[in-house]
Amino acid sequence: MLTISNLHAGIEDKKILKGLNLEIKAGEVHAIMGPNGAGKSTLASVLAGRQDYEVTEGSVEFLGKELLDLAPEERAGEGLFLGFQYPVEIPGLSTTNFVKTAVNEIRKYRGQDPLDAVAFLKMMKEKMALMNIDQTLLSRSLNEGFSGGEKKRNEIFQMAMLDPKLAILDETDSGLDIDAIRIVSNGVNKLRSKDNAVLLITHYQRLLDYIVPDFVHVLYNGRIVKSGTKELALELEEKGYDFIKNEINEDEEVSIAEKH
Amino acid sequence: MNMTELFKDQFAQLQAEDKDSKLSAVREQAFSAFNEFGIPTVRHEEWKYTRIGTLFTKDYKSQVSGKTDFSAKDVDAYRLPGHKEANELVFVNGQFVDKLSTIRSKDLTVLHLAEAAKNEYSEIVSKHFGHSSDYLKDGINALNTAFVKDGIFIHVKRSKIIEEPVYIYNITDAAAENILAQPRSLIYLSENAQLQIIETFATRGTEDSFTNQIMEVIVEKDARFEYCKIQNDSANASQVSTTHIRQTGTSYVNAIIVSLNGEIVRNNTNVVMEAPHCEAHLYGLYFQKGNSHIDNHTIVDNVMPHCFSNELYKGMMDENSTGVFNGKIFVRQPAQKTNAFQSNKNILLSNNASVNTKPQLEIFADDVKCSHGCTIGQLDEEGLFYLQSRGIPEKIAKSMLLVGFASDILDKINLPHIRTYVDHLVAERLGN
Ligand SMILES: Nc1ncnc2c1ncn2[C@@H]1O[C@H](COP(=O)(O)OP(=O)(O)OP(=O)(O)O)[C@@H](O)[C@H]1O
Ligand SMILES: [Mg+2]
Repeated sequence: MLTISNLHAGIEDKKILKGLNLEIKAGEVHAIMGPNGAGKSTLASVLAGRQDYEVTEGSVEFLGKELLDLAPEERAGEGLFLGFQYPVEIPGLSTTNFVKTAVNEIRKYRGQDPLDAVAFLKMMKEKMALMNIDQTLLSRSLNEGFSGGEKKRNEIFQMAMLDPKLAILDETDSGLDIDAIRIVSNGVNKLRSKDNAVLLITHYQRLLDYIVPDFVHVLYNGRIVKSGTKELALELEEKGYDFIKNEINEDEEVSIAEKH
Repeated sequence: MNMTELFKDQFAQLQAEDKDSKLSAVREQAFSAFNEFGIPTVRHEEWKYTRIGTLFTKDYKSQVSGKTDFSAKDVDAYRLPGHKEANELVFVNGQFVDKLSTIRSKDLTVLHLAEAAKNEYSEIVSKHFGHSSDYLKDGINALNTAFVKDGIFIHVKRSKIIEEPVYIYNITDAAAENILAQPRSLIYLSENAQLQIIETFATRGTEDSFTNQIMEVIVEKDARFEYCKIQNDSANASQVSTTHIRQTGTSYVNAIIVSLNGEIVRNNTNVVMEAPHCEAHLYGLYFQKGNSHIDNHTIVDNVMPHCFSNELYKGMMDENSTGVFNGKIFVRQPAQKTNAFQSNKNILLSNNASVNTKPQLEIFADDVKCSHGCTIGQLDEEGLFYLQSRGIPEKIAKSMLLVGFASDILDKINLPHIRTYVDHLVAERLGN
């Protein structure tokens, strides 16, 4: 479904992603962990099409198309969804109005007729119940004055409404209380199917108890430096990132020695 | 003939034709003030960023003729939604036209100003007419008064609530020649009265029009005055539009100005709070493009204690448009416990657009709460990306952000018909 090959990206003169490779197949759940500043959110932003980041090398294939050639809205139309680490506040635009426009613009992109008011409302009610969100929150300005947890739940609500092929969730678990983690995980698990995939970015092994990943990767210094199964997350939790850093340093020493 | 000569001739002609009018002496005084002040240049402190001198190099048709072949049918093009349930007052080329106007509310008194000046209302007229000149000391204000002839006087009696709004259409017929129109009105709300006014401006034809308007309003104790001005005239139409409101008793005022088009548009919006516990809300939304220039000058004068005012002006400036906001708040020495808030927020949508914004607070009382703030920024890129990442194309996402930005002003428009109408104009401007 998604193949990232040798991706290099940065901002201004700063190199952030330095030759990243990753393959995600339909039906899989991947988790990316890694220290602060490693480039996790940058990867998510580049995949979603944020213009600030410049891709200098590499390619990303998504469902047979070159993702990097598409505008952000086209990527959404193709089935990509990014749950933001820091959802943006939009004054004067209600979540309802926003989601309705998003749903129908994506339908338009796919050559489908817009949902009528009744069908839209029905779908919204269903997803609201799933995410335990009430109407008053959705009629307020998008994310404005929302608590941290409300913002994250709203992200997953939007995901449920847009029903993406690939959902990238950037620290959606951060700032959630125990009940909310369960609700959000439940929402994500409902989306899981053999046709869909999820990429979780998280710092906490705890989330992975609820959404059990098929693969866990460690992103460090702009690259995936280690991949494994969910046991890797447990190991990281126990040992911290130092053991990975040590492994890498040893590798580098070896490669330097080889050159000489 | 240059403009000064022309005005001199026209003034002499008006005084000769209309010599018995009660307004004759007022005009005389104003004309000498006009000669003294002259047309404001950018050296005038209040006109620093708005150059209107060029408007006076044009050859304007005599502004006092008031003759028009406008028919009710012609007015149809300019009527606002809901007009069948509204009072409609029509000005053509600055003169009030009876036969085109419709009064539906039985408690609403509308008279020619000259008439009101000599009947039971003469005291009100002589006491309040021209009060704005105490605040606006320039030739533009004086020029309107110097040529006042067929303005209107609106009166609402004690405890009368006018349910139907008053729609005022200022129409300029510039089909054949350049027109200088100078509408004038004096509005009086007695104790406990309520009135809502919606005002628009339109120019017919492609010659240039210049409207120099003054509206003076007196709001007595427990009265409620709501005003909405919609400026969406053509790009060949300029105006200086003054709304001068006196709260002579503890009362409520709400004034909204929506400015979407015009060549040079200058608004003077003044609220003088002459009684304790007055409340005033001043809102403005300007959304400009092309080469248009919008200038909002506001004055909130707290004369008595315990008054509350809230002022919010928001601007979206596209293409080569230029904007000015100047908000003065005076708090006089007796006006303790004043609460006065002011905010001006701008979004520049092009590199060639600009805004000059300046709050000006003059506070002589010590126990007051005043705040002001202004911002000039670009469209929120983070917000734009957020919307796009949800599948919303860039152009639509941009207009959603702008409508969102404007919404807290638009939400203040109480009349559903007018709200829908303005929403529509804004959407049109956004190209949706
Ligand atoms: N707009 C930007 N301008 C300058 N530097 C940036 C920008 N965006 C990211 N960076 C830098 O790139 C690096 C990677 O940032 P990124 O947000 O991708 O990290 P992360 O792995 O998501 O970290 P965290 O776990 O703290 O969320 C950091 O050093 C960050 O400061
Ligand atoms: Mg991050």
